[in-house]
Amino acid sequence: MGKCEIMSIQSSADVVLVRQAVRQIAIEVGFSLVDQTKIVTAASELARNTLDYGGGGTATLEALQDGNRRGVRLIFSDQGPGIPNIDLALKDGYTTGNGLGMGLSGTKRLVNEFEIVSQVGQGTTVTVTKWK
Amino acid sequence: MGSKIPAILDQYGSELLSEWLQEILATNNRRGLIKEAELREECREFIHLFREAVHQNSLSDIHSAPWNEVRGLLSNISRIRSQKGFTPSETASFVFSFKQPLFSRLRRELAQDGEALVEDVWTATTLLDKLGLFTTEVYQKTREEVILRQQEELLELSTPVVKLWEGVLALPIIGTLDSARTQVVMESLLQKIVETGSDIAIIDITGVPTVDTLTAQHLLKTITAARLMGAECIISGIRPQIAQTIVYLGVDLAGVTTKSSLADAFKLALQRTGMKIIRTQA
Amino acid sequence: MERIPILQMGRFLLVTIQVDMHDRLAMALQDDLTNRINQVSARGVLIDISALEIVDSFIGRVLANIAKMAQVLDAETVVVGMQPAVAITLVELGLSLTGIRTALNIEKGMLLLQSALQDDLKADERSPVLPEEHAGVYGEM
Repeated sequence: MGKCEIMSIQSSADVVLVRQAVRQIAIEVGFSLVDQTKIVTAASELARNTLDYGGGGTATLEALQDGNRRGVRLIFSDQGPGIPNIDLALKDGYTTGNGLGMGLSGTKRLVNEFEIVSQVGQGTTVTVTKWK
Repeated sequence: MGSKIPAILDQYGSELLSEWLQEILATNNRRGLIKEAELREECREFIHLFREAVHQNSLSDIHSAPWNEVRGLLSNISRIRSQKGFTPSETASFVFSFKQPLFSRLRRELAQDGEALVEDVWTATTLLDKLGLFTTEVYQKTREEVILRQQEELLELSTPVVKLWEGVLALPIIGTLDSARTQVVMESLLQKIVETGSDIAIIDITGVPTVDTLTAQHLLKTITAARLMGAECIISGIRPQIAQTIVYLGVDLAGVTTKSSLADAFKLALQRTGMKIIRTQA
Repeated sequence: MERIPILQMGRFLLVTIQVDMHDRLAMALQDDLTNRINQVSARGVLIDISALEIVDSFIGRVLANIAKMAQVLDAETVVVGMQPAVAITLVELGLSLTGIRTALNIEKGMLLLQSALQDDLKADERSPVLPEEHAGVYGEM
């Protein structure tokens, strides 16, 4: 396991910091420009969700090395209201608030592995992994 | 009593070298590919590093720190041989052929002590086996890297984007359009749009054998991406069967104009960019 | 707080987004733009995003909102300069930004706006005043 960085998400300025940190790690792991853009965009979506829907939380960034493969793992965690119907939330085009919704289904397409754990009243944790 | 191997390497370094070299040259069918001087240097270096490693008291774990340099040398040797066309066995036998000279020395030194001899032969053989297998692993990896690189090159070569005219690009797709290919296609196309400032991209699918829902999705992604860059797409090369499939599948081509031939598509593209072709008088 | 500058080019407004936009900045931009469109009776808005390396659904919403507000104020919006990596990511994300016009660069964006305005003018000329030749059903004018 590579180095691990934990960041707090409490404001939109923090979302910007998370994006910058993910960009940095993506460059270090050697992602192509398109893949960098994808993982940073995914991080932006998830960080915003953590802030807007989760009432704030943390982002954990980790550079991975599995044999020959290198990658990045991001974990977004909050102790907010949780998601009552995860399957519904993952459907394309699903919207709760105004606009384009939580972007979970789209975000899923930007990464290789996507895992979401959510308990109503306890919080949500989303783990995404992208390999080079 | 500890192993005799370090002592043997200290005392008989040069003898081991010449015996080993003889062993390799005797069984080596690929004499031409590696010059004897080069081979001698490889063997000499190996014995030197091997000797340093065994002196650090580590005679079993070849992945421990004392063996780093030995592994480094073997990695290099393995890579070079893989590139030169040696088989994995031929590459590994570089290490295995060291057994013979080492064992005969051990036999001579430990003639009086049967137990110790068996111990040391066992240590030596397991050690050299591990190192030999290590070279095979490196060989494999090198091969995989070559294949991967060739795959990437093939992917890039098979999706050329050509400039047909000022502001008009053509993208002939040959073969199936899977998701990996689509990523490459999008990147090439968008890059070319930026480079040439084109307003129209003609995607020719004459060379695409079948268009199923997935292929249609990939095409749509490409079209949408081009649109975001301000370029409109025209699809050409629609064969009658494809036209039928598209209707049956209920594929919505998002208002993209389709033409059956590249020529027709080109004519339309010129029209849209405000061009006209005039025949000059004979 | 810094605000994103809005340049006026004839009847068009040009906005260049260069920083990571957070909520307050986005709100301020929407306010400033709608005010400005009104003030100068702008007919078109060019949003230059060539410096944006990331466009997520939030920014997408902001752009869509600006386009809608501008339209209500009778101005067309064109987003220009999207980076290829961003376009590919947006497509994957499922944001096709339908309803938002796009162009490769400011120059092409201007041409697009101008031609859109020409079309509008022609449409206005054909407005519901009947030409004299058309007699009514019973011959009345």
